[in-house]
Amino acid sequence: MTDVIIKEDQVLDCSGMLCPLPVVKTSKAMKELQSGQVLKMVATDPGAPPDMEAWSRQTGNELLRSMVESGKFIFYLKKK
Amino acid sequence: MSKSDPNAPKRLALIASKGTLDWAYPPFILASAAGAMGWEVGIFFTFYGLTLLKNDLTASVSPLGNPAMPMKMPFGPEGFQNINWAMPNLLMANVPGFESVATGLMKQTFKNKGVASVDELRQMCVELDVKMIGCQMTMDVFGFKREDFIKECEVGGAAMFLEYAADADVQLFV
Repeated sequence: MTDVIIKEDQVLDCSGMLCPLPVVKTSKAMKELQSGQVLKMVATDPGAPPDMEAWSRQTGNELLRSMVESGKFIFYLKKK
Repeated sequence: MSKSDPNAPKRLALIASKGTLDWAYPPFILASAAGAMGWEVGIFFTFYGLTLLKNDLTASVSPLGNPAMPMKMPFGPEGFQNINWAMPNLLMANVPGFESVATGLMKQTFKNKGVASVDELRQMCVELDVKMIGCQMTMDVFGFKREDFIKECEVGGAAMFLEYAADADVQLFV
């Protein structure tokens, strides 16, 4: 699964931000996308993974992948 | 009407009853996070919480009576910044200007760590269409005027909030 390349349409960097900023900024950025487009969100907040999972479940925007890369949390979210 | 329509978004109803800087965070954080998840959110600002709706947000923090509150220094090496400074009540109560020092330290520490300011969080709530209700009775008691408060807020009473909260999925008193 991890070898499938996901191509993002937009990147949002939330590095250095704490709760609730990554969630709020993600929701704002998603509003700019069309259905089916993918947002790549980068965060450093250790609380971001559980929060983004909850955000995805609550909003219905699919969390395609969540990973850690050189100390950063990376999320690929598909607009519903 | 959240309950009558199964497709309606979830609803969060909060009561914000405290006006200090530390207690200003929970309602605005919860409200903006819920708004970001597509929930309907309403906050009833009452008693000291009403001051969080003032045009000029001057929330400060008092370490006095907050015995568990750690004080952090927002400058210096990491080891120094991580120290929890115990603040004896005698010192807090008697040193002039202690509250403004404590407020400044808290604001700077939060900023350094990447936490939004209360002003920013409130503005996010406005942008997320959070319904903010200022308590009419509190305005009357403390002698505030409608124009002292941000134009985005509504003014109402207990019955108005309860009707809103009755249809909420989550109700919290902060």
